[in-house]
This record gives sequence, C-alpha cells and structure tokens, in this order.
Amino acid sequence: MPISTHRALPSDIAAVQDDMQQIAADYGLDFFETIFEIVDYEELSMIAAYGGFPTRYPHWRFGAQYDELMKGYSYGLQKIYEMVINTDPCYAYLLRCNAMTDQKLVIAHVYGHCDFFKNNAWFALTNRKMLDQMANHAARVNRYIDSHGQEAVEEFVDACLSLEDLIDPHSPHIKRTEKPVRAASTALEPRKDPSESDGSVGRFPSKDYMDAYINPPDVLQQEADQREEELRQAEESRSFPAEPQRDVLLFLLENAPLKDWERDVLSIIRDEAYYMAPQGQTKIMNEGWASYWHSKIMTHHGLTDAEVIDYADHHSGTMATSPQRLNPYKLGIELLKDIEERWNTGQFGPDYEQCDDLYEKEHWDKHLGLGREKIFEVRRIHNDVTFIDTFLTAEFCHKHKMFSFAYNDSSDYYEIASREFDEIKQQLLNSLTNHGRPFIYVTDGNHKNRGDLYLNHNYRGNELKLDYARDTLVNLQRIWRRPVHIESVIDDKPTVLSYDGKSHEMKAK
Amino acid sequence: MGRNIDRDLSRFKNIVRGRLRKDLRRYITHGEMLGRKGREVVSIPVPNISIPHFQHGPKGSGGVGQGEGDVGQPIGRGGQPGDGPGQAGDAPGRHVREVEVSLDELAEMLGEELELPRIEPKGKDTIKSKKDRYTTVRRTGPESLRHFKRTYKQALKRMIASNDYNIDAPRIIPMREDHIYRSWKSIPDPQANAAVIYVMDVSGSMTDDQKEIVRTESFWIDTWLQKQYDGVQTRYVIHDAVAREVDEDTFYRTRESGGTRISSAYQVARSIIQREFPPDAWNIYCFQFSDGDNWGEDNNECIKILTDEIIPHCNLFCYGQVESPYGSGDFIRELRKINEEHENLILSEIGNKDDIYDSIKTFLGKGK
Repeated sequence: MPISTHRALPSDIAAVQDDMQQIAADYGLDFFETIFEIVDYEELSMIAAYGGFPTRYPHWRFGAQYDELMKGYSYGLQKIYEMVINTDPCYAYLLRCNAMTDQKLVIAHVYGHCDFFKNNAWFALTNRKMLDQMANHAARVNRYIDSHGQEAVEEFVDACLSLEDLIDPHSPHIKRTEKPVRAASTALEPRKDPSESDGSVGRFPSKDYMDAYINPPDVLQQEADQREEELRQAEESRSFPAEPQRDVLLFLLENAPLKDWERDVLSIIRDEAYYMAPQGQTKIMNEGWASYWHSKIMTHHGLTDAEVIDYADHHSGTMATSPQRLNPYKLGIELLKDIEERWNTGQFGPDYEQCDDLYEKEHWDKHLGLGREKIFEVRRIHNDVTFIDTFLTAEFCHKHKMFSFAYNDSSDYYEIASREFDEIKQQLLNSLTNHGRPFIYVTDGNHKNRGDLYLNHNYRGNELKLDYARDTLVNLQRIWRRPVHIESVIDDKPTVLSYDGKSHEMKAK
Repeated sequence: MGRNIDRDLSRFKNIVRGRLRKDLRRYITHGEMLGRKGREVVSIPVPNISIPHFQHGPKGSGGVGQGEGDVGQPIGRGGQPGDGPGQAGDAPGRHVREVEVSLDELAEMLGEELELPRIEPKGKDTIKSKKDRYTTVRRTGPESLRHFKRTYKQALKRMIASNDYNIDAPRIIPMREDHIYRSWKSIPDPQANAAVIYVMDVSGSMTDDQKEIVRTESFWIDTWLQKQYDGVQTRYVIHDAVAREVDEDTFYRTRESGGTRISSAYQVARSIIQREFPPDAWNIYCFQFSDGDNWGEDNNECIKILTDEIIPHCNLFCYGQVESPYGSGDFIRELRKINEEHENLILSEIGNKDDIYDSIKTFLGKGK
C-alpha cells in the first residue's frame, strides 16, 4: 500500500528509471519489479521514521525519529537520499527536490539494493509481503488500543521493544528439534533404566573372590545414594529449557504468563525484529553492493558531461570516512572492488598465498577475468561477518589505513589500539557479530524452583552498560512477572544482576 | 486527514513534556534555561528518551576506523564512537534533545509544581486602557475614511426625494452634506498591569555563584508574573554604595565591587515607583537580592524608606538573602524586626541553588 494514492512519476524520471532498469538488467542484476514514488522531505522523513513502511502501529518512537530527521534536515545537518524496502514488488522513494543527477544516482543505487534483497541468501526467508504484514500488525495493535487504552498498550510495547534484539537471527535458517523438551521430563527417564534396579551400575567387572575388594558394598551404597540424591535434585529443580535458548522472545512467548493481547503484541514485535535482522547482518555488503552498482552504472552510462561534478561530489560525500566510524558504504564498495580485482588477476589460492616474492605478488596477473562472476557469488552467499572473514586481507587494511581502537578505562578516551591485520580483523568481526550486541541466553525459566527467569550474558571481554541493563531488566520483569536475573561480568568479576519488581540487586556470583 | 506520524509525534512530545514536568525541580535549580529565552518559547535541553536494551558499555569495547594516526593516539571520548561499524552512518548521535516550550506553558508547569495560587490582581477596574474600533459612522472626517457605499446611498436618497433623479440618465452626484465617514468608538479594555523591580546587590561580596542564583530565580519569577498579568514592566536596579537603574543585560552581567549601602537602592526604587508607576494603577512587585551585608549605620535609613514609601505601595516586597562566604548576613535580621507589621514583606534565605525552588514558593505562594 503506497502512502497515498499512487502518483505517476514525472515523465523525465520515468524515462531515467526505464534506462537504469535496462542497464542494470544488462549487467546481470536480477530484481523484483521496483516501484518508485516521488515524495517531499516531510513524507520521506515520515516513511523513514516508520522504517520504510507507511502503515505502522502507533508508537512514540516513530514520532521521535521523525522529529529528529526533520530537525536534522531543517538545520542542514543531514539528509536522507534514498529509501528502499525489501518487498516484492520493491518500493523505493525519491526526494522531489533532488536534482536529476541525484535521482539517477539514487535509482541506480536502489536497483543494487533490490538485486541484493532478492538474491542474498540471508534475505531468502524474509516475508516479501511485509507491507501487508506491517499493516496487519498496525490494525491488530490499534484494536488492542481500542479495548485496553493507549497507555497500557504503549507501555507494553515499550517493554517488548526493550527486548527486541534478544532473538536468534540464524534460527530461521536452521531446522531445530521440533519442540524444546523440558529437562524435567528427561530427568525422569534414567529411573526407568532397568540396569539401575539390579545394582550393577558402578560395578567393576571382577572375579567372585575379589568382588568385595573391587566393589566394596559400602562404597556402592554411597554411590547409589548419591545418584538418588542427584536424581531427586534434578527432579526438584525442574529447570528448563534443556539447552540455553538464544531466542529469548520465543521463550517468553511460550512461557511467560501473558494475556492474549500481550502475547500477540510480543509476537508482532518479534516478527518485525526477525524481518529487520538480515538488514543488520548485511549492512556493509548491501550498501557496498548498491554503491558498486551506482558507481558502475553512473560512470559508464548515466552521466552527462554537465553532471560529472555533482555526481563526484555526492558520491564522495557518501564514501567519506572518519577515524571513529567505519563507513559501510566505503568498506563495502572497496572490498567488492578488491575482490573483483583479485579474481580478475588470479590473486587468490594457495599459489598466490604461498608466494614470498613481494614484487611478484604485486604484479601477479593470470588474466583469469573471474572478478564479476566472483562478486555475484559473494553477494549471493555472504553476510557481513563471513564477508569480512573471507575477504579482508592485510594488503587491503594497509591500503585503506585501517586500525582498531579500544576504550582506555583510565583516560576515558578511545585510542588507536593496533594496525596489525589480525587484530583489526578480529576487532571488526567482534563488532559485527550479532550487530555488536551482547549474546544473551535464557538458561533457566524456573530458577531456584521459584519460577524466576535466569539469563546468561555470554561475556567476551566487553561488559554490559549497567544502567541500560537495569532498565531492561525492569522491562523483562514486566513481562515475566516473577523476579529476573542476568549473569554477566562487571568490573572483571562474575556478577548477577537481579530485579524482583521492586528493587535491584547486584551480587557477585 | 491527520497523518499517523503527527499522532506519533504529538505522543512523543507529550512524553517529553511529562519528563520535563517530572524533572522541573532540577531545571529550576540549575540555570539550564537561562539565556534561552526566545520571544515566546524557550528551548529546554532534555536528555534523549530511548528504549533500553542490553548493550555493551564502554569498558572493553572498541572498533575499527580508518585514517592516519599512531598506535595510542586518542580518537574520541568515551561514549562517542558508535556501537560498531555495523551501525555507522545510519546511527543517530546520542545528543541532547531540545524541547520547545512556550513561556505560558512553562509558567503553568511551575504553578502546578510549586502549587502557586493564582494572583488576584488589584486595580482591575481602575486601570483601563482604551482600544479603538471602527464600528460607527460620522458626517465629518478625513476623505481617506469616506464610506463610499453609504455616501452613494445618501446621495441617491436625497436626489429621489428632491425629484432630481432621472431614471433614464441615473447620475448620482453626491454633495458635501451627503458624505459619510467611517468612525471609531473607544472601547475600554480592562487590564491588570504589573511592574516588577529587581534590586540586586553587586558589591564585592557577591560572587558569580550568587549572581547565578539571583539570575535563575528572577527568570522564574518573571515567567510566573508574565503569565499572571497582561503587561509586565520590568525595571532593574543594581547597587553597591550607590545605586543606579540599569537594563536587563547589565543587571545580569555587572560585577562591581565596593561597599554596600542598601538605602541607595531603595531611593532609586522609590523614585521609579513615583515617576512611572502610580501605585493605585499598578501592581508593584519588588524583589531584592543581597548577601545581607550592609553598612551598619545605613540600616535605619533603609527601614525608614521601606516602611514609609515602598512597602505600602507594593503588592509584595520580597527580600531574598543569598548566602555568601563574605557577607555578614545581618540585614535580614533588621527586616525580621518589621516583618510582623507588614504582611506583604516576604523574607527568604537562599543557601544554595537547591533552595531556589523553595524560595520561589515562599515569594509567590501568597497569591498577591
């Protein structure tokens, strides 16, 4: 559903779109039908605030986002150029006041994105009818607001959003056991084991006359008691899930004492989080790919002489780098170009890797011409983490003056930590994995057999932000209704943060 | 049709306002709004409202950047770089958000927060300004105000009556006596006017901190009084051993030194009242801020002017004594002696910024 009645594109832009579409298709890009709409900045900000979808449920954060975009624009601090969403057909928005050069650039860029959405494996399972789905979500939430009041629903949505990143972005791609089995029921099984009753468990094979020495009866008895005790404890604790579960939202959906409408709202938030996840996983690749194609198409086909300067200005603006932030557009496009170059010249494989002669390495050219084919393959199968892991090279890091930085606790400054390839790569992978967010698992939904919820932060050297963690626990408790705990590391010591609905507690583990 | 985003935006603004209301006390006591006074709205910085997630703190965090620099070179303060390159480019900065609130609304919040009574202005009936409305007509007036249609009608009437009207050649010729002019009526417009006189001690013993307190408190008092009256006239007086009337800017910025003679300020205040604000037509407020350090022999003189010529004319005379490391703080004792007899003399001691809140309540809590 477009944001308003569909307005036909002005004929000059429609002509550009036809051209661009043809050129993109000739290059082998493969995309869903793409519908461009031309909007003014207010409309574009609105759509951007809604994450690209014109109909969303009512929530203040969209308003906040909109406010920020509008202010940023009116103060001349920032400007959104393009907006495209992953649906079939793809919808993309053009800014009315942009000059023709920009419209061309954006259209070419959008076709890159559309191709990526359609062909990248990580997007394969996203709902291409999300426009309708989002509108459905909006209708459902609106209905709940009608019957339960804006405040109540909004408060609950806030609580859910606070946990929205506690999903398992890989899970849609994995076939797991059909239903998580409760630990308690498996714990019952050993008792039925026939071997246990005849007392042979724990016995060592022995000759009769040695039996009393090798298997002393009192020790056997002791062991049997111990087993009995363990069994009893396991039964009593009734811990579940059996395995730590990363999809905390799913766990809450299945186990938290929610009202029907609350469960539905939570599932809506979870659906949308899963839909958005691949975009987070492929930011560098997606932007790199689109930038690669807009630059290819524009410089080879799109530009008139008069437009070159404008194009160069805007392209370089998008590619600008800064010491504190890695620009995904820049990193993406450069890596893709690097890959194309390497596969064109054959700078890969054992022969190249093992070559010690720097001169020879630099002038290595086997005229393979496999570059284009390779980058198409890359866009099909990789996400940011695997992309960096596979293709980032020491030469590339050096050429692009990359460095890793780290927080210095004593000076409260971020400082350049290293220019060594291994460390840069490790740091980059760290910050890309899980979108730079902590890994958090549900380990026990019946902690201490009191129905408390116990989460585990998989600590990897980066501590949680305490105030946020506390606020998030409050929201978690709102949903779980029983005390909630999270185990993590604070000030280098294992610590458990708890919230019981009234007060916070922090205990060393 | 209202757009959905407008609904979300106003919802967000309400939340921000709620936050502002909740923390108003903090904003009152810290001079965060001062100097932000626009014509009718002030922008107030409110910490950004965000939804909390489990996320990494600075400790142990890092990232990858591009550019020149040696190992060990600082590139940004803690909390500055984004969460990681994954969010680069599209991550909005965590800056403080400015909320625009109209002064009226602010006064309202202040009133609710401090439970200030509405002020019953005196002289509502006696003070009248007049407004002119063009609602009537006259036979004389300047040509520019001539009422063409009425003049024509009048001429037509006359010509028909005098049988000069020829239906075949309907020429109407207005004569001098046909002319009709628009005219006005004066409509009395009842108005409550207030005059506020701020008096500040700028002697050597008043430090910048104390002036900051005075400044903050004056802002809030001003905001409240502006809301209560249609026209508020403000006058500023500063004094050390001598006093003079100054403009707003000077009032807030001057730093002088020297002795203190409060009576000099009272004399200036007295003459302002006599010259500009006849007490039966104006609601007069005096706010005096000092560290209470007066030249000893001057006290009697002060009390005399105050009791005879200032307090009787004022709705309120408020004396705020700012605690100073240098001042003796004696003056408030002198005033306490006469406090019994004068209901509209209000005294308040302001120890530090946190007392501003209560001090405002003391001053304005009487509803005068």
